[in-house]
Amino acid sequence: MVALTDVRRALDRVHDPELDQSLIALDFVADVRIAGAAVEVDLRLPTYFCAPNFAWTMAADAHEQVRALDGVEQVHVTLLDHMAGQEISEAVAAGKSFDEAFPGLVDGGDLAQLREQFQRKAFVVRQERIAGQLRALGHTPEQIAAMRYADLPEVPDSARYRELRETLGLPTDPDAGLLLHPDGREAHVDEAARLLIESRLTRVSVEGNADFCQGMLATRSDHDAIHGSTDRGDLPAPARTFVPTGAA
Amino acid sequence: MYVKDGEKYFIVDGHIHFWDASEENVANKYGEGFIRCFYDYHANLSPKDYVWTLDQYRKYSVEQLVGDLFEDGYVDKAIFQPTYLTDFYVNGFNTTADDAAVAEQHPDKFIVNGAFDPRDGEQGLEDLRAKHAKYGFKGVKLYTAEWRGESRGYKLSDDMVQPYFELCAELGIQNIHVHKGPTIWPLNRDAFDVHDVDHVASNWPNLRFIVEHVGLPRLEDFCWIGTQEPNVYGGLAVAIPFIHTRPRYFAKIIGELCYWLGEDRILFASDYALWHPKWLIEQFVDFQIPEDMQSEYGQLTPDMKRKILGLNAAKLYGIEVPDEFAVEEEEDLGIGSDPRLADLVGA
Repeated sequence: MVALTDVRRALDRVHDPELDQSLIALDFVADVRIAGAAVEVDLRLPTYFCAPNFAWTMAADAHEQVRALDGVEQVHVTLLDHMAGQEISEAVAAGKSFDEAFPGLVDGGDLAQLREQFQRKAFVVRQERIAGQLRALGHTPEQIAAMRYADLPEVPDSARYRELRETLGLPTDPDAGLLLHPDGREAHVDEAARLLIESRLTRVSVEGNADFCQGMLATRSDHDAIHGSTDRGDLPAPARTFVPTGAA
Repeated sequence: MYVKDGEKYFIVDGHIHFWDASEENVANKYGEGFIRCFYDYHANLSPKDYVWTLDQYRKYSVEQLVGDLFEDGYVDKAIFQPTYLTDFYVNGFNTTADDAAVAEQHPDKFIVNGAFDPRDGEQGLEDLRAKHAKYGFKGVKLYTAEWRGESRGYKLSDDMVQPYFELCAELGIQNIHVHKGPTIWPLNRDAFDVHDVDHVASNWPNLRFIVEHVGLPRLEDFCWIGTQEPNVYGGLAVAIPFIHTRPRYFAKIIGELCYWLGEDRILFASDYALWHPKWLIEQFVDFQIPEDMQSEYGQLTPDMKRKILGLNAAKLYGIEVPDEFAVEEEEDLGIGSDPRLADLVGA
């Protein structure tokens, strides 16, 4: 039988696309239940209205990672207390793709573009952080601006930085420049300061969001315990959450 | 008015509500989910002494509102920003009519804004004209993520919105307050994207676009837009409460905003009853960028705070401010506002 630690390790590989942190680190995993080769995972996000597309990627990725474990033959991921929780849980369980789950609500294509957009943003943030970590080690801005990819030592964000750089297909040859613009072009030495000021803003935004989300999750967990689940069964809902006609 | 250490501040609360989310008014589970979410924001970020119960929070009295804002809260003028949400609440969450009734009872305290929804088409344009004739507002609040029938939101740049902007320009409704909530269509795109603000700010240079909660969670995109478009402003609701729970993070937000937009385009708001202006104002006036961050972000001066707390909004709404609260006009307005600096940004 698969062990709880293995399941948690698998879930630790699933990142919130917007915050670039794992479901475990963010405490989004409300419960895990193992019965033989069947695993149930409950996820709970910071708010009832968290974006369905991000909620989907997390539920789908969680499903995939846990399913791939030895000793697991069945996985059910439930998204709790979310406006599209039922739709997402059912569709992921049925192995549907995103656009199969929400026909007519996507404008051409699946979530690949969204994922890539936020991976790129995560890359910008990690790059700014490693620059800061290099500064803390005593490197000057000029030195950092001139560094090659192979020069990057092990600093706290190196591993995730390299992972994102590879995933995005950005230059990874040893001689490539270390600092890249978000679009993958190497940053000239005289562009580095500007790039890092702009990247700092992105980092402030993403880190702040993560902080806010974690606070909201803690608060709602307390409150749902007191006031009952947000999904009050006694309240009416429109016939369907999502209707296929899109914006008026 | 707030006075501290010999400094006087004229206070305009740029965004307040008088809502009804009582159980009777909640139409469906989304209405319930919405007020719970709102309540979590309130409880998560308020100092303990200011946290209400959920029941108190669902519906409060006019006396409560007036006492909190004007007796305890230092506010000189408060701007009602209606939020209809008629798909979630039987009689709407907070309408212009509701707000106007309160304003009538307390002359000179409130500014009442209108609202429109471009999905109302031709009829909506007529309604806007009629409402403006009745209430004479200078600003409107738009909620682009509001659900309406089968629609789950719209973009400011959609064709159907432009006739409304034209009408606003005609009627002298210059202040467009935009709440960018999580949109759900198209489902595969970023729900919090704020780029539509960029388009309309360029196309309507005589209108001012006040982006509430400075585009959070897309602060960076908001700042890129704000630095390029001189008619884009940032409302501090949702951002300013961090001053209590995460002061270093608040320092970064206000530091970045001053850098990219400048102190003249940032507006204080409590978003009452989400947060109480009393503690927000007290803490903001006392606030300083931490020393170890000053080399990056500089310092907040009393004049900057005066502008943010009231003078900037007073300019947008033609509110007369007594001389004792004024600020000498200064040049340095942050990297974005000086046209010469626009090249540096690579606009």
